[in-house]
Amino acid sequence: MAQLEEVSIEKFKHLVSERALTGETMLLNMGPQHPSTHGVLRLLLELDGEIVVNCIPDIGYLHTGIEKNMEAKTYQKAEVMTDRLDYMNTMGNNLAYVMAVEKLVGLDDVPVRAQALRVILVELQRIASHLVWLGAFGLDLAAMSVFLYCFRDRELILDIFELVSGQRMMTTYFRPGGVWRDVPVEFEKAVRDFLKIFPRRVDEYEKLMTKNPLFVDRLVGIGHLDKDVALQYGVTGPTLRASGVDWDLRKSRPYCGYEQYDFNVPIRTEGDTYARYLVRIDEFRESLKIIEQALNKLPMGPVRSENRKFVPPPRSEIGTSMEALIHHFKLWTEGFPAPKASVYSAVESPRGELGMYLEGDGGPKPHRIHLRTPSFDNLAVLPEIVKGHFVADLVAILASIDIVLGDIDR
Amino acid sequence: MDWTFWLEVVIKGFVLCLILLTGFAYLTWYERRALARMQVRVGPNRAGPQGLLQPIADAVKLIFKEEFTPGRVYKVIFVLAPVLTVVPSLILAAVVPLGTSFNLFGREINLHVANINVGVLYIMSIASISVYGIVLAGWSSNNKYAMLGGIRSSAQMISYELALGLSIAAAIILSGLANPDGGSMNLIEIVNAQKGMWFVVIQPVGALIFWIATLAEVNRAPFDMPEAEQELTAGFHSEYSGMKFALFFMAEYQKMIVISMIMATLFFGGYLGPGVDKFPLLGPVYLFLKVFVLLFFMIWVRATWPRIRYDRLMAFGWKILLPLSLVVVFITATGIVFVDKYHSQLYFWSIPVLSIFSAMVAVMFIYRDLRRKSHGRV
Repeated sequence: MAQLEEVSIEKFKHLVSERALTGETMLLNMGPQHPSTHGVLRLLLELDGEIVVNCIPDIGYLHTGIEKNMEAKTYQKAEVMTDRLDYMNTMGNNLAYVMAVEKLVGLDDVPVRAQALRVILVELQRIASHLVWLGAFGLDLAAMSVFLYCFRDRELILDIFELVSGQRMMTTYFRPGGVWRDVPVEFEKAVRDFLKIFPRRVDEYEKLMTKNPLFVDRLVGIGHLDKDVALQYGVTGPTLRASGVDWDLRKSRPYCGYEQYDFNVPIRTEGDTYARYLVRIDEFRESLKIIEQALNKLPMGPVRSENRKFVPPPRSEIGTSMEALIHHFKLWTEGFPAPKASVYSAVESPRGELGMYLEGDGGPKPHRIHLRTPSFDNLAVLPEIVKGHFVADLVAILASIDIVLGDIDR
Repeated sequence: MDWTFWLEVVIKGFVLCLILLTGFAYLTWYERRALARMQVRVGPNRAGPQGLLQPIADAVKLIFKEEFTPGRVYKVIFVLAPVLTVVPSLILAAVVPLGTSFNLFGREINLHVANINVGVLYIMSIASISVYGIVLAGWSSNNKYAMLGGIRSSAQMISYELALGLSIAAAIILSGLANPDGGSMNLIEIVNAQKGMWFVVIQPVGALIFWIATLAEVNRAPFDMPEAEQELTAGFHSEYSGMKFALFFMAEYQKMIVISMIMATLFFGGYLGPGVDKFPLLGPVYLFLKVFVLLFFMIWVRATWPRIRYDRLMAFGWKILLPLSLVVVFITATGIVFVDKYHSQLYFWSIPVLSIFSAMVAVMFIYRDLRRKSHGRV
């Protein structure tokens, strides 16, 4: 049996207030095993009664070394690691990665159909991610039913993912130059069914929560995040937009053809937990709008770039064309080389700006990959906004900034 | 007082305990199934038909589970606390009349264990003892979460006991309506006073306050503060496992049953129902049906509402429920005096009307407070 180490306050006394040293306030470890820290986050809390005086997030319990591991893989193979980053946003991670690779190697002839498919799937992923968020948020406030309703609806989206990629969560469906392969014929009907069902379901959630007095009482005025503080900490995504900053990469720096769709970016100015909740509820409806438009004008045609240097040839060509066979062999043994350059490409993930910094060294493997993940920056602002609130509020605030630990410790 | 009297009491007490223990087991099944239906799930349905053997499987598992005692706990109190919680919830049911009486072997058997003339006081005093178990469990566990849970529990108990007592007072006053000797604290007499009309019709607000306060009393959602798993992991019983944990669990669910029985007795006519005079054994059946419905509401609330925050709960108890229950008692008492004096139906019906009006005023205050807090966003 391991010897229990006597923990001394000396080690972290610079992090807490003077009152903790005299025993006037209580130090409480919340996590890494705690039902409401959304994974393995550890929060060291200094409590005065039940009021949070100091909150010190401690991360690293889910460190997987994904960034480093990706350097040991070719560009095609490194993509599967991105699924495991933010496991609530697998399609979005794939998109950030393939966009970075395309930018690095100059692969700019991604077909229109592939672009539209990417938008549809990423928006479905956004809805799925927000559903998990809404469910977990409800659960943290002990509204247990909402959690199960959300997971019921998320199942529909995961079924669509399974339809297109064969996997429910770890999809790896987007590839440099397009998507893996065309969607099956059932895809359109499945998405249309979802579009028909889901708006009613959002109304149901709103009925359960939005005007519920107990719910409003728990959220209004809690965890106020000032606009300037948010900008200083680099907060992005719905958390930033609830503080009144109009910043959505889909609008401000469109990619994947987002400029052709008509949608609004929900903004709230209050900056409290309730505003963050409302922003995400509105985003459900905006995402549905985008999906509907993209589906209506989904063109027929190829789904992968014709550039054989980076995109493997279709299976049918390999038997008849020597050149195709060579390309296939080269791509799957050696991979494709990328120039000695560095790029940064960012997408709007459900949590904020997901940036991929990619550095090539002329070979088929990346020299360095770094991720600017939204959860990491958003979590940094937590100690600022929980001070003076109750432990129960801390749980609500933490849920409202929507962190995914896989996104933080990568 | 011969030995048969003692034998009768012992057997009745034993049977009541058995009913409560089985009731507890099947209440967990009932809750899980009902909750699952509301949450688009199926619930336990593997063990036996419709999962009816699930409670037995759970019990066997809990009995054989390792009982782990963490280091540096206050052992005596740590072991005593679950007992202190579970015993009051068992003996609480002694005064609740399950029915009138019937003849067995030429002997009249009353369907209640104890007929105390201050039954209501007994309930009030015993019901609040179990909070000691929770506080002591939280304190002796050597765990900060558990301690916070224990502290919350005692604060909650103090805030709600008063409203609970006052709403019971309303029922006691009402029992004097048909009785020339005035109201009674005897539960059987309270039930008999409801022969013409259930008290919930005359005093719906009192019943509502009683119900809200009992939710807090038995630590049910949305007042499950002491064991809030999202905040305090499990609160006061974090460190308990095996049978000790099962005892806490048992206490909570038995208390749910008993409190529902008491509520049915005070406001919903207890064992009364059509044909109960002729067939006294129908009494327990009616009581069971009423308890069944009341328990369903407790489960329904759990499925629908988020948990209220600890300080707001106290504010709600002291600023809304306590004044409202005082007003309700005042209206009831005044109404009764006027009815006695002038024998007019007008005064009688003014009791529910005025009570509902005052409840609406209270709701309006809550609404205004929420609007002010949210700057008109709601």
